[in-house]
Amino acid sequence: MAKNGSNGDFSVIGKPVAFVDAAGKTTGSGKYTDDLTMPGMLVGKILHSPLPHARIKRLDVSGAEQLEGVVAVVVGKDAPNKYGILPVGHDETALAVDKVRYIGDNVACVCAVDESTAERALELIDVEYEPLPAYFDPEESMKAERDLIHEQRPHNIEKDYHHVFGDPDAGFAASDVIHEARYIANEVTHAAMEPHSTLAAFEIDPQSGEPGRLTVWSSTQVPYYLQHKLSLVLEMPMSQIRVIKPLVGGGFGGKSEVIPLEIIAAVAARKAKAPVKITYTREEVFWAHRGRPRTIIDLKVGAKRDGSLQAVSARVVQDGGAYCSYGVVTILYSGALLGAIYDIPNVRYDGYRVLTNKPACGAMRGHGTVNVRFAFESAFDEIASKLALDPAEIRRRNLLKPPAITVNGLRVQSYGLPECIDRVIEGSGWGARKGKLQAQGSVRRGMGLGCSHYVSGAANSIIRSDMPHSTVNIKIDRDGGVVVYTGASDIGQGSDTMVAQVAAEVLGCTLRRVKVIAADTDLTPIDIGSYSSRVTFMNGNATLRAAEDVKKQIVSAAARKLGCPPEDVVMRGDLVFRRGASLVEPGREQSAAEILEAKDAPRGGPVSSNAPTVSGKVEGQILRGSLQQKRKEEGRRDQLTFEEAVVAAIDFHGALSGTGSYAPPQEARGGAFKGSGVGPSPAYSYCAQVAEVSVDEDTGEVAVHKIWAAHDCGRALNPVSVEGQVIGSVWMGLGQALQEEMVWKDGLLINPGMLGYCSPSAAESPEIECYIVESVDPEGPFGAKECSEGSLAATIPAISNAIYDACGIRLRESPFTPERVLAALRERDQQKKLNLTEGVSPTAPERFREHGGATWFAGKGPARHELDPARTGRVSDVTGD
Amino acid sequence: MKKQLISIRVNGRTHEIAIAPSQLLLECLRQDLGLTGSKRACEDSSCGACTVLIGGTPMLSCATLAMSVALDDDGHGPEITTVEGIAEHGSLAAIQKAYGDWGGAQCGFCTPGFMCTVSALLDHNSDPSEAEVRDALSSNLCRCTGYMQMYQAVRAAIEAERKGRAAAGTGTH
Repeated sequence: MAKNGSNGDFSVIGKPVAFVDAAGKTTGSGKYTDDLTMPGMLVGKILHSPLPHARIKRLDVSGAEQLEGVVAVVVGKDAPNKYGILPVGHDETALAVDKVRYIGDNVACVCAVDESTAERALELIDVEYEPLPAYFDPEESMKAERDLIHEQRPHNIEKDYHHVFGDPDAGFAASDVIHEARYIANEVTHAAMEPHSTLAAFEIDPQSGEPGRLTVWSSTQVPYYLQHKLSLVLEMPMSQIRVIKPLVGGGFGGKSEVIPLEIIAAVAARKAKAPVKITYTREEVFWAHRGRPRTIIDLKVGAKRDGSLQAVSARVVQDGGAYCSYGVVTILYSGALLGAIYDIPNVRYDGYRVLTNKPACGAMRGHGTVNVRFAFESAFDEIASKLALDPAEIRRRNLLKPPAITVNGLRVQSYGLPECIDRVIEGSGWGARKGKLQAQGSVRRGMGLGCSHYVSGAANSIIRSDMPHSTVNIKIDRDGGVVVYTGASDIGQGSDTMVAQVAAEVLGCTLRRVKVIAADTDLTPIDIGSYSSRVTFMNGNATLRAAEDVKKQIVSAAARKLGCPPEDVVMRGDLVFRRGASLVEPGREQSAAEILEAKDAPRGGPVSSNAPTVSGKVEGQILRGSLQQKRKEEGRRDQLTFEEAVVAAIDFHGALSGTGSYAPPQEARGGAFKGSGVGPSPAYSYCAQVAEVSVDEDTGEVAVHKIWAAHDCGRALNPVSVEGQVIGSVWMGLGQALQEEMVWKDGLLINPGMLGYCSPSAAESPEIECYIVESVDPEGPFGAKECSEGSLAATIPAISNAIYDACGIRLRESPFTPERVLAALRERDQQKKLNLTEGVSPTAPERFREHGGATWFAGKGPARHELDPARTGRVSDVTGD
Repeated sequence: MKKQLISIRVNGRTHEIAIAPSQLLLECLRQDLGLTGSKRACEDSSCGACTVLIGGTPMLSCATLAMSVALDDDGHGPEITTVEGIAEHGSLAAIQKAYGDWGGAQCGFCTPGFMCTVSALLDHNSDPSEAEVRDALSSNLCRCTGYMQMYQAVRAAIEAERKGRAAAGTGTH
């Protein structure tokens, strides 16, 4: 642990502390949404579409309504208002109104007294569909002239952007070496352990006697956006809607927008006139999706002989699924984040977000950057080998020189990439080992390097306005308890703990004093949510400012007591004292932990000699009368306890509360071109990783032995937590690199379960060594920036580059499954092709391929429209040649 | 299906409940007994979030019929321990403290299952090798941690238990 401690002189931050909600999680007492019940609560179950694209000709729910135990059946026309997370993408309704757009689309919802009754009722709903031609391949979908997925989107293109920065043609002309290839990254999903769940209940309004206020408990990363969208769909003022986020069992982006069940539960509660809870089954979670889209990247990179990058051109096509979701943002991130990591003078970007008849893709950890980073870092490795340069050296030759503004208008200040590269190169023994690892029989070993970066929150919010992105209130009462009201949504990343640490550090008090009330729209000021790795940077800064606001009031009161100017008052270690006061020797200031230990020591137990003692203190509180008495007795003093200072401040100011907010500075908000709003961030994190892998040339299996991961997080507010986020990101990238993949056939997800999705277990998970690099950002709270997403993107290219080092094959399609590895090995050895991969070479993939399980072989499956591209065109030939 | 009256013994207490013969132990724990620590997460018996100890053995409560663990007429039957029964006398057990300290729990949704799995491992083997720990943990899925910090937590818990035992040993002399 020592290697990742913070160097700064802090008492609470930089220390590895347990999450403030850790005990609730380890004892099972913590409540997630599905753990909640209410008297009279009904269970909601949703009927999903069995067809990928069809018009609903008839929907008869009367059979279901008549079943004993069914209270209400909700259909699309009960709440036809459109919504969507982006203002430009309002294309969803709670339940299908006229047509269904993917297998799994929402058709109706039954509210019944229990789950089994609701499930039986679903079978009694009669739906007649008129199948329409469906689109599954984005490049095919872009050619569509009729039967569009959304009428307002010609050619099924949700959005396309064409950006040119600098002069790419001149850049390529000046290049000595140009690498051009197509990369494909297949679709992955968050698969958070907690299936989405929502409980909605109306209260009766005492004035009108009618249902009035709505309370929604939901597994969400964005309570404020949920409140906003509920207001749109239900046509209720936001003030009448309260959203509460209980514990959330992981999000990774999958809960960062409004998911259909959240709206459906509220609509159902209104119709059933009773509280309704809906919890998705795992299969429904896969259909709700919003994961990382399948992406085709045609990348061209030019460099001079010395390795310096001259130009990059990328054409990116994303298979976005049936609704917009975050799509417009995703396709913009893919282009914008080509920049801000290396010094690239000329960039051309053509991005297409395409609609297809599959579940909607959205934001997933490393939103927009991961697949493009895989392509770029792989290409960079190929350029390095063409120029006979070491992969680390070529990266060092293309570093930015911060502070800098990139050609696409991104402002880079703190930049720890050079140190990240140094740390992993040194830690992995790169110089001595790379390219020299011994093969054992058919098993070959290799090492690869990859780098990545990510935003610390988007500088522009989704809904354009001047409101701060985060606001935090703090209240301190006479008991000395500090209550922080924050809208930050802890989804397991530890934001509640971060907020408590920042408040405790500023106020110089113990962590235990701080209670965090979070993510309840009635109690906490607006925070736009937990996404784009914005919470530590933005909510942390708002907390810092709120705490400074309160501190100012305490300090001014304490200054009178201590008889010194306010600037000489120090709050630290649960004490308030005069700077230089002799009772606290320099270097002997107590840490919060020591004080806490002293205070918590059992009666008669050892109490450290310098623990503060207050007469009249009972269990950490001051009896008010005795404090007055005590002050009279003691007169002016050199130090006050935290409680004494608080009481003094309340006596002086009448009340003690503070507020702080954060909005990114204007100069960090990017350029003025169309689409410039996405990509800018107040700060960027940087990562470098080395992966050591072995490839079994007989079986095509790739095993990752170890990953060395360095992450520049500005400052590690809680090193245990930062390591957890970095390791978790690397591990998730590893899953995408080797085994996780959503497998489709004619729009049907073949593997909608944890078993089929192949998330790595402990048995497949290698050692990950984490190095924290602290570049101390000038604008981050205590210098902190992002740590939860950036590392994911470096893992995939680090592994693909390591596979090349091991056995000389370039895999340009992820995940690197044994069948793809074997196909590439056979190609390398010029052996006869095995048609395991439908003839799509993993080293030069020209299109997506569809998998076929036994039942789907040769086009068998549900009836499709005769014009359906899945029925015409190619039929897979899995028998080989 | 008509409900039947059964008794089951959970965390040292006997409960009499009426359940359908098809009722899963997981639903019985969560809905009838209000013990919501055990989680439903995968529905194909692959993730281990619903793991409980049945007679000391970690089992998937989503793949166990509640009837199968009911007490017989003489009151004999397996003792079930859920995550709520892992804590010792209202305080965190060593493994629970260690998971908090070492970041073994992030979102916490898989944690109850891991608590049961790890405590069974340590009950049967107070000093497991790294491979044995990895093997035991492979029955449960986690999407947050990459498991690395769990190994540290398990090692810390073993160390804490050892110290605790040593302290208890000297205390009796």
